[in-house]
Parts: sequence; C-alpha cells; structure tokens
Amino acid sequence: MTLKPGMYFMSGNEAIAEGAIMAGCRFFAGYPITPSSEIAERLAKRLPQVGGIFIQMEDELASMITIIGASWGGLKAMTATSGPGFSLMQENLGFAVMTETPVVVVDVQRGSPSTGLPTLIGQGDIMQAKWGSHGPYEIIALSPSTVQECFDFAIKAFNLAEKYRVPVIVLMDERISHLYEKVVVPPKEKLILVERKRPKSRENFLPYKAEEDLIPPMPPVGEGYHFHITGLTHDERGYPKIDAETHEKLVRRLSDKIRIHADEIIHIDEIMMDDAEIAIVAFGSVVRPARYAIKYARKKGIKVGLIKLSTIWPFPDKMFQKYADRIKAFVVAEINYGQISREVKRCVGDRAKVHLVPKMGGAIHTPEEILNAILEVK
Amino acid sequence: MPYKFVQEHVWDKYLKKDRLPHIWCPGCGLGTALSAFLMGIELAKIDLDKLVVVSGIGCAGRAAGYLNVDTFHTTHGRPIPFAIGLKLARPDLHVVVFSGDGDLATIGGNHLIHAARRNHDILVICSNNFNYGMTGGQVGATTPENAITTTTPYGNLENPFDLPYLVTAAGAVYVARWTSLHVRRLAKSIAEALQLKGFRFIEVLSQCPTVYGRRNNMPTGLDMLKFFKENCVIKNYAHPKDVEIKPGKKIIIGKFIDKTEEKLSFEDKVWNLIKKLERGK
Repeated sequence: MTLKPGMYFMSGNEAIAEGAIMAGCRFFAGYPITPSSEIAERLAKRLPQVGGIFIQMEDELASMITIIGASWGGLKAMTATSGPGFSLMQENLGFAVMTETPVVVVDVQRGSPSTGLPTLIGQGDIMQAKWGSHGPYEIIALSPSTVQECFDFAIKAFNLAEKYRVPVIVLMDERISHLYEKVVVPPKEKLILVERKRPKSRENFLPYKAEEDLIPPMPPVGEGYHFHITGLTHDERGYPKIDAETHEKLVRRLSDKIRIHADEIIHIDEIMMDDAEIAIVAFGSVVRPARYAIKYARKKGIKVGLIKLSTIWPFPDKMFQKYADRIKAFVVAEINYGQISREVKRCVGDRAKVHLVPKMGGAIHTPEEILNAILEVK
Repeated sequence: MPYKFVQEHVWDKYLKKDRLPHIWCPGCGLGTALSAFLMGIELAKIDLDKLVVVSGIGCAGRAAGYLNVDTFHTTHGRPIPFAIGLKLARPDLHVVVFSGDGDLATIGGNHLIHAARRNHDILVICSNNFNYGMTGGQVGATTPENAITTTTPYGNLENPFDLPYLVTAAGAVYVARWTSLHVRRLAKSIAEALQLKGFRFIEVLSQCPTVYGRRNNMPTGLDMLKFFKENCVIKNYAHPKDVEIKPGKKIIIGKFIDKTEEKLSFEDKVWNLIKKLERGK
C-alpha cells in the first residue's frame, strides 16, 4: 500500500522513497553507498508490497542502465546514490538523455572529491549534475531543503521525467537525507501524477518524431512497434545517422525541449525579497542557517531576502536578471568552492556584486558565517 | 505462366530491410551468426512482437538494429543490465542480448558474471571474434595467448577467459559454444535456448579476417572458417573447464550445460514474492 494520508515522522531518505512510491515508481535498481543507502533499504521492503521491483546491482553503471531498461519496459524507475556512484552513472545518464528515457536519479551529496567524507555533507555535485556526461544537453535537477520537500520533490521529479522524457536528478545532501522531520502525506486525489505520452497509433509511427512541444511520444515495448533505440545520433525513425545535419537537429531539440519549458519547470522560493537589498542564495541544508542569518540581519535593520533554489537545473536565469539591478549583492552560500555562484555571476554580470560563502564540506554554514558575509557586502 | 523472380528473401520478415546493407566487412562471421539467430527464432516459433533484442557497442553491437523486432543499442558493456531491467519489468517478453566478446566479457564482464549468478531469465548470444574489431583490432579478454593484435604487436602476453567455464562457474544454466561454421547446430541451439528459462549463454566463435585473421596467418574469412573446420571437435556435455581455447589445441564446441530445470530464475522469484505479499494482504 502507498502511505495513507496523514502526518508522519521520517528521514529525508525515507521521504524520498515514500514520495517515489506515491509518484508511481515501481522499479528501483541501486548499489549501496553512504549516505543514500536508506533509500534502497526502504524501497527493498516497500516496493514488493506495492507490486514493484527492487534489485541491488553489482555497481552503479549497472544500476543506471537497468533503470533505463525498466523504464522502456513501462515502469517508472529510479536509482539513488552519492558522489562516487553518481560519477559512475554519468555515461548511462547521457544515454538516457539521448534516448529520451524518463528516469529519476537521487544523488545524496557528501564531502568530495573522491571518497571524501562518506558520512558528512557536501554540495559539490551541482555542476556534475549538469555537465557530468559528455556532450551538450539539458537536464532537470531539484534540491529539497526539508524532509517534506524530499517527499514532494520525489513526486515532482517523476512528473517532470515523464512529461519531458528526460532524466531528473534529485540533488539531496547528507544533512537533509538523515534529518527526521514531519511529513504530511496528502490524500491521493490531491496528487497530480503525470504519465509519459504514448503514440496514438502504430501507423506510420516514427519513434523520434517530436510533436509541437518538441517531445516525441514514447512507444511501448512488446506491442508490435518494432522500433529501434540507440545512443548513436539518430533520425526520426530512430535509425543511426552519422552526419552533422541529423546531429544538429537532434541535439538542438534535446536541449530546446527543456529550454522552451524552463518557466514551467523552474520553481524558486523568493522569501522576504520584496524590499530586499541583499539576497542570500541557498539550497538544500544551507537554507536553514540562511533563514537564521536573515532574521539576525533584519533585526539589525539590514534588508536581506532569500532566494531558495528548489530547481537547480535549468538555472533560473530570468529571475536573477530580474533582480540584478535592484539587488546590491547576492550572497551565495554553498558547500563547495563556488558552483552556483558562477551561475549567478553569469546571470547578473557586473550589475550586482556576487559574494561567495564557500565551505569545503563536512559541516554546514553557521548563521554567523552567513551573517558576517552580509555585513561585509552591506 | 511466365517465370517470376522471387522478390522476398526468406529472412525478410525478420529484418528491418530499410536498415540494410549492414556495416560488417566482407568475410566477417557476424552475418552468419545473425542468420543462425533468425533461423533459431523461426525454429522456436517466437512471436516477433514479443521478442526484444538488446546489443551493446562494437561490430556485434550493431546486430540488434537490423532485426524487425523492438531493438535496443545500448552503451558499451551494458546490454545485460539493460536487458535485466526490461525483463524484470516485462516478464512476458523474450529478451535476448546479442553482442560481442569485448562488450560482454571484457568491459561488461562484471555484469556477465553477476547476471549468471542471479540467474536472470535472458538469453545471451556472445559473438567471439577474439579481438576488438570495430576499433581496429586490439587485444581483449578473449584474445588467445601469443596472438598478434594492434596493441599486442609482440604477441598477447595475457591469458584469455574461457567464457563457457566462466559463466558456468558463475551460475549459468545453459551454456553452449558453436562457431559461425556450425550454422545449423548453432541455430538449433539458439532455438532450444529461446524456449528455456534462466540465464542462457551461447558463445559463437566468429571469424574476423579484416583485423584479426590478417595479423594471425588467416587473411581471409575462408581461411578462418577452414581453421574452425580443421580444429573444432564437437563434445556435448564436455566439462567447461576442459574447453579452454589454447594455441595448438583442438577447440571443443557443443552444448556443455543444460540444467535450466534446476533453479528458478531471479525474475520468477521476484514475481513470486510480489504475489505472495499480495495474497498476504
């Protein structure tokens, strides 16, 4: 059974698993890795109860391609990992992009690079989520900052994956994944669940002929379509075609189908921004100390607001451009040495100051650290 | 009645005709191996709508794309885990992996042994041409000792995998080895395996005159087929530990293992569990 509506007390990892089940996820393939393992453990128990399939694979390469196979088999499918495993998934993540396969990948970020800090927080996979696989492409990435959001964003991730036929990354961090909080599970009838669009008929069907929204309907396997799916550059028939024209058309469309829908996809919380002169930019766990820092700053009479990035990719360029002339400084607090801050800089150029408050990982910012940064740019 | 040319080839219904001609070199064994696969499908009377073929990367990796069924050309080394996901989601379909030795046993070797261990209900047809053909003839995990390849210019210093032994040890329930010369036996074996359950593995020794044979005193496809003819010995149920391919030794071919009745596939176990939990509600 999916969870009954009501109030629950659970961890971020458990909320991701329950949200996924609520979204209709019926397939999980993964490989154990700290700090994501509780997602697999919860789903190993829960998926068979709802008629779903759990399999622990031999590595993350297999996990990623197995969920792609399951998705083509008609199931909503996901995997969960952390940085080292996420690195191993990148090639097949690109395969999902190229073949337009809806899948959800949860990356619980830990201190990095390399084995880094397995049990402690990091936020260093922001750019990897966007650029980790080879080649030009667009992808969707969400970042929850509460356990409730872990639940909600898991559902949202599946909806976006199904709608746009693209892998969706849920960029968690260790602190949120292990945090226990209240989760309100809404009644089923209040949920909006999206299913991939299917072709209307087999007659003259071309698997990669996109509709007006640039998204092609996804053919079901085993029903006589006799389609061919390849990671090679392919034409509308899905057949390999190795030339610049076909490549230009295909790869442009793969990115454009996300770009033209950016406004629909992007969700940003703008908190106390109406009169703000300084904006803190934060996501994941860092949203919490950021909120405290704002409270202290406001007490001192400094007008500070918060831009909380719930969607990381596609990046909310428009929103930052909107604020660029009004906001004196963007204080970007992230647990890495400057990833989101580069994006903010790209959007606002020289129109506003972009001040990075970095942390290499293992600990979250204290409110004081963010407050001091505010005082510095004031 | 005037004489009428037959326009349709007997295998046409199995092929995506608009994908032909294929990319394989003259003299290559892959066309023969693929024909034997088609023959196997026909003998086993498999519904083409319910057959899915998955390939990886490499010359053999292109095989899936020519077949008139739902086909997937995946990433290098990963057709087996892709097939596992698909088969778990759709237990009603026949899922076949058709790929090469480099793809399945070298870069994808880990998936091969684990799929055999878990006894996934898929048939793996592994064309073994002893080297990496598509990239120009480099050494692989199946290249015989001392063989010359572009990356073993002084002869291969490595020891090759004995694939039937490897997958048997890992748990495969059906294991056979044939060559592109033993077409009918291969086709029959494929037909038989298609109708069984569990992890089934058929190795097809296949000639690659262009980049392998040429460097190893077998410059044409015919030379390599002659080599198979003179050196292969059929020994059904030979123990896989005795079938290693070694320079100067006979090549043992045949059906080595058939114990598909002995254990349930992973897919059966998963779906049994789901049914059991459903009943318990």
